[in-house]
Amino acid sequence: MTRSPLLSVENLSLNFGSFNAVRDLSFDIARGETLALVGESGSGKSATALALLRLIEREGGRIAGGRVVLHGTPALELSALSDRQMQAVRGNRVSMVFQEPMTALNPVMPLGEQVAEVLRLHQGLDAGTARLAARDALERVKIPEPERRLDQFPHELSGGLRQRVMIAMALACRPDLLIADEPTTALDVTTQAEILTLIRQLQDEIGMAVLFITHDMGVVAGIADRVVVLRRGDKVEEGPVADVFARPRAPYTQALMAATPKLGSGAPKPLHRTEPPVLSVDNLAVRFPVRRGLRPGAHLDYHAVAGVSLSIAPGETLGLVGESGCGKSTLARAVLRLVDPAGGRVALNGREITRLGASELRGIRKQAQMVFQDPFASLNPRLPVRDLITEPAQIQSRMSRAERQALAEELLHKVGLEPEAARRFPHQFSGGQRQRLCIARALSVRPALIVADEAVSALDVSVARQITDLMAKLQQDERVAFLFISHDIAVVERVSHRVAVMWSGQIVETGPTEAVLHNPQHPYTRRLLAAVPVPDPARRADRVPPRSALTAPGLLLPVGEAPARATMIEVAKGHFVAAVDPASSLLNGAPPQAPAGAAAQEREPADRRRLHPV
Amino acid sequence: MTHSATVPAPSLPAAAYRLWRGADPIQKAAILIGLTLVSLAILAPLIAPFDPNSQSLIARLRPPLGFERAKAGFLLGTDELGRDVFSRSLYGLRLTLMLAGLGATLGLMIGGTLGLLAGIAGGRTEASIMAAVDTQIAVPFTLVALFLLAILGSSIEVIVLVLGLAGWEQYARIVRGEVKRLMNMPFIEAARAAGAGPLRIARHHLLPNIVSPLVVQFTLSLSNIVLLESTLSFLGLGVQPPTATLGSMVGIGRDYMPTAPWIVIAPAMMILLITFAVQILGDWLRDGADVRLRAR
Repeated sequence: MTRSPLLSVENLSLNFGSFNAVRDLSFDIARGETLALVGESGSGKSATALALLRLIEREGGRIAGGRVVLHGTPALELSALSDRQMQAVRGNRVSMVFQEPMTALNPVMPLGEQVAEVLRLHQGLDAGTARLAARDALERVKIPEPERRLDQFPHELSGGLRQRVMIAMALACRPDLLIADEPTTALDVTTQAEILTLIRQLQDEIGMAVLFITHDMGVVAGIADRVVVLRRGDKVEEGPVADVFARPRAPYTQALMAATPKLGSGAPKPLHRTEPPVLSVDNLAVRFPVRRGLRPGAHLDYHAVAGVSLSIAPGETLGLVGESGCGKSTLARAVLRLVDPAGGRVALNGREITRLGASELRGIRKQAQMVFQDPFASLNPRLPVRDLITEPAQIQSRMSRAERQALAEELLHKVGLEPEAARRFPHQFSGGQRQRLCIARALSVRPALIVADEAVSALDVSVARQITDLMAKLQQDERVAFLFISHDIAVVERVSHRVAVMWSGQIVETGPTEAVLHNPQHPYTRRLLAAVPVPDPARRADRVPPRSALTAPGLLLPVGEAPARATMIEVAKGHFVAAVDPASSLLNGAPPQAPAGAAAQEREPADRRRLHPV
Repeated sequence: MTHSATVPAPSLPAAAYRLWRGADPIQKAAILIGLTLVSLAILAPLIAPFDPNSQSLIARLRPPLGFERAKAGFLLGTDELGRDVFSRSLYGLRLTLMLAGLGATLGLMIGGTLGLLAGIAGGRTEASIMAAVDTQIAVPFTLVALFLLAILGSSIEVIVLVLGLAGWEQYARIVRGEVKRLMNMPFIEAARAAGAGPLRIARHHLLPNIVSPLVVQFTLSLSNIVLLESTLSFLGLGVQPPTATLGSMVGIGRDYMPTAPWIVIAPAMMILLITFAVQILGDWLRDGADVRLRAR
């Protein structure tokens, strides 16, 4: 190494109770360098980050051995400092950005005060000076209108802006080292791209080192100089980013690379659709009333789904992509009548379900099932697996205990779990196993359609890969159709015959997967694709995302008004794109023509922020 | 307390043995105390040496055996009317356990059902139930008890009703809060997607998940009800004399504290032991019912 090390971790061991989370870990971070600490859940990467700032004790862990030394003037052995001495280091020489920008800020304190607090603590500034410095700090992280933000509260900002505030707080004292623990995991890809660019720029400006903790190889390729790969508390590989990506040595790193979804690695061929569709959705609309002010009855309608049409053939997977808040989950729930649509129709196997009563709807549940995002929260913790996974079937037709047991074992076999699992409870399974249980539950009624809402988003890449492979296998065996909803385009590409891109309550582009992803027509699709991290450090230079001038149409409208619907144009066989009419206010800067549209657009930014902090 | 249909139930003795094995020494002590108290209460007519209400004015205020002036056969001494304190304590224990158990169960049923209804139904139903809860909290309960007992008379049934009404609003609040929290959990939506109706969701998905706070509230309210019963007795509104309850014995014995403390000590100790055993057993049951605490 040419540059002098800033931080040395020597033979670090971390324990939680008797559990050994990290063993004998050593690495250096040089001044100005970005080191990525990569690993899946349980690898000990977050424990390491917490240990560096000695926050691990608060989480119930402790440093069982080894040293952490921060070089410089004065050099400090962080692992030996008292809590008081550590307080002077935290936020000053070493600072940290957390994953969750929603919960890491104090919700009842103005942002200006929160940023100023750091400065007053470490630099002893008085209130007035600290406020000015806070303004500068916000400006440095390129938050628009920093002056106004000082008096705003966290809920008034979007997720991306909040993460910028977190970074501003972390950088307020110009630290030598920034520890970023999955800082972009909770953000949309376009926002993630902006935050990563920001961190790189600030690093050049301040000359700080960054310890970047992530599970996403795409992000690593985009930001790191060097990489340390952790697996279950052991370092399995360390090296410059280009070497690790070009020639991964450890088998685990190779497996991790192989499991990482890469955009452009091929999609399933579109099916010849001759049979009538399993699901056909026609002009579906869902809206929620939003109260305005204190006057009773005064409300606006939020159009979460604003006229969506799609269809899925038997045995086909339609991938639905879009960023948080675009209405894709609401669409999924409306398709299954978990929320009631305000307009349009949904037909399952040719039968319209939009107006069915509760008892008729129960029969429909046999045809369509759902798999949810969070495998930890979507299984009732108090029920044994046998009852959980056979519940939909049990609701359809009463079964004896023995029948349930037999069905449970059959389902467990299908999803690759042992029959003994039937007697156990959800907490005894890992995240991937739980998601298998959720799939088994959906399969129990042999549905024609499974709606998978972000079903693999909470899982590690290697586990996610197994789950999508399982879905593909089940699709072949049982000819089940999937509506596969995800914000992760690379995963969607891997499983979908066709994709639909959703933006602001509408489908803006749909068609065969290859066609849409390789020949995107709509500006939003292009922006989305440009922001996807590429797991290839060599291609880092050509993927600085353009800040596109694309503004979403307003979805919060007075009662009775509906958002303008774009017409779909067929650009190739089966490939439809929403018409981008300069006058339809889809593109920012275009002169809006209809007065109603103009009013909607002016209102829009504040409204969207209030409703969709993400 | 987990729903019987939801857990593969081993035979009852085996389950009881497993629970006993898992108990720590304090819990074991509480179990033994609880079992002893319940057996004493059930067997009171067989154990008690005297009729609890038979008076003997020549043998008034005699101390327990082993003290000066003690009268043979009167283990814990006699009260101000010459009644056997030991016999009265046993019968008092019997009645108090029955009243408290029935009262707390009644409160659990009323409050639990209304809370569940409020949490699931929402809207106007919820608003009116919670308005009733707020009213109950706002109005001093002794007043309500006085009113009810004045109108309906103080029979055992009415006292159980009053004691049950005394705690229902706490159950309703707890259950409604828990239900509201759980209704937002994805597994409830998963159940809806599976086709489950509100009854099934309540029975299989909500109830097993609110057992823990309910058990805790039950143990708290059981102790409170024992105290409330003694308050009512003290005010002359509870079980009418000469019938003994632990509360009324303490209430009456209070006047003789300086000269004849034994009248109060025996029933007071029993109240203490009931409360102690119930609290410890409540925690133990709660943990035993939580499948998540079982070994992986």
